[in-house]
Amino acid sequence: VSKAQLFITCLGDQFCTSTLQNMTHLLEALGVELSFPSEQTCCGQPLFNNGFEDKTRPVALNFLRAFSSSDAPIIGPSGSCVSMVKHHYPSLFKTGTSEYELAVDIASRTFEFTEFLVHQLKVTDVGAVYPHKVTYHASCHYLREMGLKTEAKALLAAVKGLEFISSSEEETCCGFGGAFAVTFPEVSRSMMENKVKNIVSSGADTVVTCEPGCLMNVAGGLHKAGSSIRAMHIIDILASREDSV
Amino acid sequence: MSHDLPSYIGFEEYSKHVPASIPSAVQQATSRFVGGRAARVAELPEWEQLRQMGSDIRQHTIQNLDIYLTQLEAGIQAAGGHVHWAPTAEEARQIVLQIAAENHVKTVVKSKSMATEEIGLNHALEGAGIEALETDLGEYIIQLAGTGPSHIIVPAVHLKKEEIAALFSENLNINAPADPVELARLAREILREKFLNAGMGISGGNFLVAETGTLVMVTNEGNGRMCTTLPDLHVAVVGIDKVVPDWESLTVFLKLLARSATGQKLSTYTQFITGPRRSEGEFGPREFHLVLLDNGRSRILKDPVGREVLKCIRCGACANVCPVYKNVGGFAYGSFISGPIGAILSPQILGTQAARELPYASTLCGACAEVCPVKIPIPTILLHLRRRVAQGDEFSAPSLPAPIRATAVLTSIALAWNWVYRLGARLLPVINPLFEHHGWLSGLPYPLSRWTKVRPLPPFASRFRRWWTARTH
Repeated sequence: VSKAQLFITCLGDQFCTSTLQNMTHLLEALGVELSFPSEQTCCGQPLFNNGFEDKTRPVALNFLRAFSSSDAPIIGPSGSCVSMVKHHYPSLFKTGTSEYELAVDIASRTFEFTEFLVHQLKVTDVGAVYPHKVTYHASCHYLREMGLKTEAKALLAAVKGLEFISSSEEETCCGFGGAFAVTFPEVSRSMMENKVKNIVSSGADTVVTCEPGCLMNVAGGLHKAGSSIRAMHIIDILASREDSV
Repeated sequence: MSHDLPSYIGFEEYSKHVPASIPSAVQQATSRFVGGRAARVAELPEWEQLRQMGSDIRQHTIQNLDIYLTQLEAGIQAAGGHVHWAPTAEEARQIVLQIAAENHVKTVVKSKSMATEEIGLNHALEGAGIEALETDLGEYIIQLAGTGPSHIIVPAVHLKKEEIAALFSENLNINAPADPVELARLAREILREKFLNAGMGISGGNFLVAETGTLVMVTNEGNGRMCTTLPDLHVAVVGIDKVVPDWESLTVFLKLLARSATGQKLSTYTQFITGPRRSEGEFGPREFHLVLLDNGRSRILKDPVGREVLKCIRCGACANVCPVYKNVGGFAYGSFISGPIGAILSPQILGTQAARELPYASTLCGACAEVCPVKIPIPTILLHLRRRVAQGDEFSAPSLPAPIRATAVLTSIALAWNWVYRLGARLLPVINPLFEHHGWLSGLPYPLSRWTKVRPLPPFASRFRRWWTARTH
């Protein structure tokens, strides 16, 4: 039995309870024994990405302490938050300090959910059934910082009944960008509307992404446009079974 | 014109009122370039190696600029040219004006140059009573329109052919049709006469080859050749960062530049200019002057993270793929250079007091870094400059307003003291009933109003923690 620690992310915590429950069920079904360090809050990316490196440090330390009581891998449903821990945490601390050593250790065992499935557990078929036309939004940090280009599609390809439809500008940002969405709402709007237009014209009835942030943005955009297209986290597709669709 | 340095660049203010015609014109043009680039890149299996070589050579060169610039100067002087060092934009303008005055120049023809846009040269020339005419078609158009460029290589990318025809009709007292070929013919007719009568040609330069003192110009319209050969004087204004060590390294950049910029294997014209004509019988100008522009570059070089911006070869590929640029256009960046590269260059040239919004004008999506032919880590530099703006560093004091910095302090406390965060997460759902319509929150108060003015927010529903506790007990 392998072990893992759940990193639920702050957006997941606030807005995606059922996705987190599904993540729990999926990993447990694959024989992973889970723990949930309840002291976790946010990875600190909103501060870090807005230039407040010094204000990020205490937030990162809270994260590092929360996950350091176990040496099990850490799994999160967000490429962006995982990338923050994996790629930016070590840069927050002076090399040689105990905080730096801890950050490097935690970074080396933090994984994005689909990455963990495909590369650690070597699983692409989780027995999901989802008989729908599905298109995909490649989230920026998931795609470019984590370098996850094929993993989500490999998992989707193994879902029974799922018909994959590509949409144009699949790899173009949806306009979320964290604080960007509230700093430049008009620009965020144009980018989101462009993304929604491409999703709608793909002809799919579901759009899937691996990022709670993009999901909030795109789902809200689809709702506002009066579209009936469902925006789903890939975890919720992978958790779909015959009786639930 | 970009003659006065902007005291503050209000990206957000501009972004609220982007003329609807701009994104559609920009997207139409840039998607053509993106497609062309992708096709050319796919043809070259060694593309990634070329990018790495380009990046390494540029990094090496900017870190050894003193050596290569000295070598360049010697080469140009040996070829009979003159080299002028311009520490600031003002000094660069004065140098050009003085050369013009000494030679009684009344009319100048210009080929496209980002360096002269940077120093606002046209305005200075006009101020001195010298007619300066842009001869690149795009530059000619924006000169008629009275604006600066909105793209590095396609200055008039924000205009549609109908708008250009209207500009021609209005400014030239003709009835110009909205037909690109005919518009180009009209411009050519007017420009031809100017080329023959101009006392001075002014150009920029894409590269400077240190080993031979050679100015390299990569162009497509042929006007560059006319500007640099027909008038008796040729003045090139070029940033000190444009030097490359030798011809062997130049070949790397010639392979990278046109492919990245326009999706061409090679541009129509690639000119190599080493000094003026050697004898009366030769074609070419009597005098060749190179104005080497610093304008903050030496200062940027002192910053090991920020200086990678000086690797730029001005291809514009970063703008062509940037979803922000494509939705706001180049004027939003408020300076001579726009797009992602502008967002990291302007704050370093103008300072983060004037350009503090620009490093934030990105979602950090990373599309720019993916295509940059010299691998400038644009998102990393954006983050670096955001830190300069938010916290200050050895180059600049913080420039974010106090309320934003106070918000960051409070956010840090709420996220680092996990009981505060968890209490907040439990309390937030209380506001749901006040704002919920059809399962979504809308009309939320500031600052969340800035989210809900664009799209609704899902209801706050932090239930996972309780669910987890319940199932494990």
